This record gives sequence, structure tokens and C-alpha cells, in this order.
Amino acid sequence: MDDATREQIQKMIEEHPVVLFMKGTKNFPQCGFSATVVEVLRRSEADFFDVNVLEDPAIRQGIKDFAEWPTIPQLYVKGEFVGGCDIVREMYESGELAPMLEAAGRS
Amino acid sequence: MIEAHEVEAKIRAGVPDAQHVAVEDLTGTKDHYRAIVVSAAFAGKSRVQQHQLVYASLGALVGGDVHALALSTFTPEAWAAKQG
Repeated sequence: MDDATREQIQKMIEEHPVVLFMKGTKNFPQCGFSATVVEVLRRSEADFFDVNVLEDPAIRQGIKDFAEWPTIPQLYVKGEFVGGCDIVREMYESGELAPMLEAAGRS
Repeated sequence: MIEAHEVEAKIRAGVPDAQHVAVEDLTGTKDHYRAIVVSAAFAGKSRVQQHQLVYASLGALVGGDVHALALSTFTPEAWAAKQG
């Protein structure tokens, strides 16, 4: 991944408390896994910045290298990689996600 | 597409101390898998870090031949507790 892409990713996750790299947009998710995370964030009443990786191949590959995580979607909270669809859903169901999102929302 | 036993072999080879590895083809199309992995190497690691260890053992497979991999990772203690 070239430096420009890395800086672009770094900037996005630092500028927004909650960032979701996904296929499609929050209003039109184009993948079941991405749609699941959007739904979890909606139910958690968490505002988030969505990044449609389908529009930018450099970001689509770069984010996988950045997080050492081979799939999309990827959720970031306060600059930290939280997980993909399964982990975010498990954290939502266990109640681990809500306090994390609330803290990010207040920051 | 890739066979379940090949996915299992890669995980066993790549994840240190993998005591138990079970791989299941979720859709019969050899590209949507579920994997349960038990290893002492997961101790002290977050869920994300545990899953990163497994993904590292699979290299470019996930996102390539394997479209989706539902992972469940356990330390030996957590796995024993789960067995009840």
C-alpha cells in the first residue's frame, strides 16, 4: 500500500470517532455483512462515517493491509480497529459495543 | 474454491499450538466456511488479535478462494468450559 493511501486511511479514522469501511453506503449497503454492521450501528443509535470501498480500489485493498484483516466491512472506533461483521455483532449482543460507541460519540 | 481439509491444514500449520481445528463448509460451495480454532497462543489476546492470527495462517486465501470465514477462537480453558 502506498503512503498516500495509508495517510488517507489514517486521516479518516482520526477525523471521525466511528468509521465503517463497507461495500456500498449506509443508506444503500451492497453486501449482507456490511448491511449487518450498519443495522447494528443504527440500533446502537451511533452516528458513523461510512466509506464505500467499492468506489476506491486503493482503499479497498489498503484497508485490508492496514488492519491485517482480509475482509470488508471493518469498523473503527476512535482510531482503533474493532472488528469485522462477526465480532461487531458478537460485541453488540454481549453489550460490549454500546459503551464503546457512547464514549466515542461524546468525544 | 478450496476443500475444507486444505483450509484446516493451513490453520493447523500456521497457528502455533492449534489443539483443535474444525472447518465446516457453510454453503456446499467451498467458499463460505466456519472454523473453530483452539490454541494456547490465543491466551491474553483480544478477539481481533486471535482472528488476525488465523487469517495470517490463511494468507491471501480469505478474500480470494474463500469469500467468507466465520471464525470462533478459544483458548484451551475457554474451549473446555464451553464443552461444559
